[in-house]
Amino acid sequence: MIGLTHYLTVAAILFTIGVFGIFVNRKNVIVILMSIELILLAVNINLVAFSAFLHDVVGQIFAMFVLTVAAAEAAVGLAILVTFFRNRGDIAVDDASVMKG
Amino acid sequence: MTHANLSLVGPEIILAGSALILLVVGAFRGKGGVVFNGLSVLALLAAAVAAVVGPQGRGFAGGVIVDDLSTFAKVAIYLASAVSLVLADRWLARRGDSKFELPVLVILAALGMGVMVSAGDLISLYIGVELHSLALYVLAAFRRDDAKSSEAGLKYFVLGALSSGLLLYGASLIYGFAGSTQFDVIAGAVNDGAGQGILFGLVFLICGLAFKVSAAPFHMWTPDVYEGAPTPMVGFFAAAPKLAAMVLLARVLQEGFGGAVAQWQQVVLAIALLSVFVGAFAGLAQKNLKRLWAYSSIANIGYALVGLAAGGEAGVQAMLMFMVLYMVDVTGFFACLTALQRDGRSMETIDDMAGLFKEKPGLALAMTAFSLSALGLPPLSGFFAKFYVFKAAIDAGLAWAAILALVGSVVAAFYYLRLIKVMWFDAAPGAVEAPAFSARTIAIGAALFSFPVGLVALVWLDPVSRAAAAAFG
Repeated sequence: MIGLTHYLTVAAILFTIGVFGIFVNRKNVIVILMSIELILLAVNINLVAFSAFLHDVVGQIFAMFVLTVAAAEAAVGLAILVTFFRNRGDIAVDDASVMKG
Repeated sequence: MTHANLSLVGPEIILAGSALILLVVGAFRGKGGVVFNGLSVLALLAAAVAAVVGPQGRGFAGGVIVDDLSTFAKVAIYLASAVSLVLADRWLARRGDSKFELPVLVILAALGMGVMVSAGDLISLYIGVELHSLALYVLAAFRRDDAKSSEAGLKYFVLGALSSGLLLYGASLIYGFAGSTQFDVIAGAVNDGAGQGILFGLVFLICGLAFKVSAAPFHMWTPDVYEGAPTPMVGFFAAAPKLAAMVLLARVLQEGFGGAVAQWQQVVLAIALLSVFVGAFAGLAQKNLKRLWAYSSIANIGYALVGLAAGGEAGVQAMLMFMVLYMVDVTGFFACLTALQRDGRSMETIDDMAGLFKEKPGLALAMTAFSLSALGLPPLSGFFAKFYVFKAAIDAGLAWAAILALVGSVVAAFYYLRLIKVMWFDAAPGAVEAPAFSARTIAIGAALFSFPVGLVALVWLDPVSRAAAAAFG
């Protein structure tokens, strides 16, 4: 029988992969965008699992909001990435280092 | 019922409506301009008036709380946003980057901050935070042909999105273990000490909000974003969003987790003192003034958090007073940076400021006032800001924290005094261009607030902020 704990464990693993994806990855900014999506989806699994467990619909409404905002966030992120690419001609993470100190 | 709900969010409706109308008008005209910016400033002022005269209460099934605290914060946020629009107008026009999207984005950010300070449950908290963050990412990258600006936007976006993820993960755990997203129901669940799951979620939530107020150890985006973003927008970033996030943090901690003070107090205190010291020591090595004031803002958020950690009504009042007085200083300082230009280039480093007193005595005096005020020297307003914080901390039995914070402020004195020395005694390398009228007026006005006007305003600010803090009562 698959219970609440299993869902929470999967979500925690996905969340950790997402956070590590942001910090360990040194190559490509697109991978960072994917990691951010992974974090948000982990949260959604949490919310929906809790919602089913508590017999409370608020969690699913919350998940809908998260999905919507995630789409807006990806749009803004890609737009900023395009301006960055135009200025630099590259989207490697190590390239984002004009400012330091 | 619907009407009662909608009447609570009058300022938000005004802002959302004007942002949408201005966006369509701008898209058809294809350009911004003084009239366009003026209308946006009017919309923000109208929202501030609506916040003051509008009704108070709870609406949208507990999702929105309108009380003295949210009104106080909203007026400060809308005014700060309006001032930054006035500053940005001439600065961007000089650089040929004047676009109609800027006022729309500032209005949307102000709208998001208004939702944050009125949030009554985790969903409106998240929507407010995201609405203001998404607008700020774009504002940081606003000069899209400038390599530094787009890099600042990218860094802000990546770390901001990570912090939203942390905040959201915490929110989902709190929802699951407390059984509700509403702060007052959560408060019932943590009444006699919070369980393991809720505490785990709370720590994530605090981390996410600490990112937004740029408290150490979540501050690493601040210097880069401040250096790269357009100067008038940095003044905006350092003032309004921080107040909004601090008020939100106060509401979550006091209203939602008032029963678990013992558990979150140590976390907030640790973040606060770390911020004070990171801000003080890392600022010593900085040559760029925008970076320097980024570290200064990290240190100052530390003081505000010390006030918050003191807890109770006095602690929240100390935090509000500190943030409002600091907002005037930081807006004034960036107004000076916006005004100053030499050979068509912005003056951004400490060396650029050499001999400023001989060139532009008014602005040099203003920058001296802001530096000394941020340092906390009496009789400037910054002294009273720190006084409130330290008094709240000592009254709450946290005298050791107040002493440590004071040590941090002594270390930070070095970089403020060095700037003043360079401005007053070093030789100028060349003539400074005539500053824009708007930026100069705002800088001088804020400086006058720092010294004589602020002392009079304190008489009025003190009861108003106390009433605002009593909202948790």
